[in-house]
Amino acid sequence: MEKFNTHTGLVVPLDVANVDTDQIIPKQFLQKTERVGFGVHLFHDSRYLDHAGTKVNPDFVINKPEYKGASILLAGENFGCGSSREHAPWALQEYGFKVILASSFADIFYGNCINVGLLPIKLSEAEIEQLFKLSPNAQLTLTVDLPNNIVTCGELSFKFSLNEFQQYSLENGVDSVGWTLDKLDTIKAFEEKMPAWQ
Amino acid sequence: MTTSTPQTMYEKLWQTHLVEAAKGETPLLYVDRHLIHEVTSPQAFANLRFHNRPVRHPERTIATMDHNISTRSIKIDAAGEGAANQLRALAINCKDFGIELFDMGHKNQGIAHVIGPELGLTLPGTIIVCGDSHTATHGAFGALAFGIGTSEVEHVFATQTLRQNKAKTMKIEVKGHVGAGISAKDIILAIIGKTGSAGATGYVVEYCGEAIEALSMEERMTVCNMSIEFGAKAGLIAPDQTTFDYVEGKEYAPKGEVFEQAVVDWKNLKSDADATFDAVLTLEAKDIKAQVTWGTNPGQVISVDGIVPSPEDFSDPVEKESCVSALNYMGLTAGTKMTDIHVNKVFIGSCTNSRIEDLRAAAGVVQKYEGQQVVETIDAIIVPGSYRVKEQAESEGLDKIFTNAGFEWRLPGCSMCLGMNDDVLEEGDRCASTSNRNFEGRQGRGSRTHLVSPEMAAAAAITGHFVDLNA
Repeated sequence: MEKFNTHTGLVVPLDVANVDTDQIIPKQFLQKTERVGFGVHLFHDSRYLDHAGTKVNPDFVINKPEYKGASILLAGENFGCGSSREHAPWALQEYGFKVILASSFADIFYGNCINVGLLPIKLSEAEIEQLFKLSPNAQLTLTVDLPNNIVTCGELSFKFSLNEFQQYSLENGVDSVGWTLDKLDTIKAFEEKMPAWQ
Repeated sequence: MTTSTPQTMYEKLWQTHLVEAAKGETPLLYVDRHLIHEVTSPQAFANLRFHNRPVRHPERTIATMDHNISTRSIKIDAAGEGAANQLRALAINCKDFGIELFDMGHKNQGIAHVIGPELGLTLPGTIIVCGDSHTATHGAFGALAFGIGTSEVEHVFATQTLRQNKAKTMKIEVKGHVGAGISAKDIILAIIGKTGSAGATGYVVEYCGEAIEALSMEERMTVCNMSIEFGAKAGLIAPDQTTFDYVEGKEYAPKGEVFEQAVVDWKNLKSDADATFDAVLTLEAKDIKAQVTWGTNPGQVISVDGIVPSPEDFSDPVEKESCVSALNYMGLTAGTKMTDIHVNKVFIGSCTNSRIEDLRAAAGVVQKYEGQQVVETIDAIIVPGSYRVKEQAESEGLDKIFTNAGFEWRLPGCSMCLGMNDDVLEEGDRCASTSNRNFEGRQGRGSRTHLVSPEMAAAAAITGHFVDLNA
């Protein structure tokens, strides 16, 4: 996993609540055995006017020219609800997103983002609202400083928090499987004490 | 006797599976059972190969083909080349890593969350994971069961453990008894209607109360299955004699003395009487009526004797806006009676409602309509959850009841719940579906899904619209 330190990028505001993983990456694009090839299908049903994905929907916010190259997604509450498909963070990441800001995330999606190195940041509803109010009037650029847990946007700055180990893993690009495999003796000792039925 | 702090069932499951809680690290939990399928596993296997790592406990891992298989043919390429590639990859991966696979047409094949319980792979007091959010189903047995992403699938493969932050606990008590004709699906939809679609985010929910205790195992699975639909990490129901009787004698369940010892341990799983929860929700079972969703998330649900709500009915601005967009997508007008909504597709199946009791309930409704047929303009399909369910249903003659009335009787699989195979709705189709998600585009781009019980779906197929069966 790539290390995450600080990131500065353009914000695209997607002011919709309860965006589910079916909207992020519809099921017909899950039939791959690799981790690549999902970015082009991100938000497919909103992004394209036709089923084949040949006609771009000019009204969908991400398609607007002023948001070209955005790398920070400002999202509505309960972002990423629904299925456990890690294809959703893969698609967001491949499109070019490095950070997602929302007042709340669905649990599985949140964990999946951390595991692939896409930073989900929870801010308060009021802070998110403040950013949404700013974004349509100006091309909003944000800086995310992970080591100091601060988001800055011009004069504004917001603190955020992350679970200690998740923060460490993101900053250092930890191979989580390798990390746990170093503790194999502890796992084996645990297994020896398990009851027979388990 | 030692005295200790009273614990919830979740805390007991946590404590008995905690391998390590090292300082500065997310706690490490032991995983007893890992269910895998073709869609969320290939990239995890690829990483194992890349790092030259084995699957640590292939015997704790079970694979099935369910998500994108055809329901018309057992041929591996019957649902297209993309599906076939994933199915072939699963077969190769299972062979190479020594994992037991129930492949196309195998007598144990079926939806992961249907076969786990029916084969005795699902046991109380265990942690069960699967790369699928409806893994919460297995919580019906008092197992801590939840969906995981592909990176976590890889972590479980390699280590048989998972890192998890401790969730908050919520108790949902359904007091008293439900009225005649009210199903487990109605209970869980009514709960989600009360909490909203994110009401339990960050929580593990425990369902309890007389109405829950009275449920069969199949009904309990329907309740726990939809825990994710209001954001819960997992849903739990305390194991009791109903649970033990169900598990005993199942193919993979412990036998003899080991089973007896297991039951002794399982009896201790239930939450201590004075355990405290972070949140509590109470419902009166007698107030629960048959439910139908009207919107595009499972929390947008109402009783069948109600009307389609108006944005004005919601004070919360986000809910108001969600209502506007849902009515627009669903092509519904506020104030319309739910019983005036006509459908042109019916789907009875999915890990929520494809078990034998679901099929019996649907067949029972068909029989009540004495010889009446599925409306000519409606396509109605029945997709049993597994080959065992299919065989049982056929031995009871349920397939004949359905086909004689004009339903299609299909082969097992996830099918139209998510439409990864060719069971997909067309744009503008309106479907009465016993599945778990009514998201925009879930069953096909531009299609409209109403989540209902198997009884309601069967009635809609024959009358053409939703019906208050208890009126």
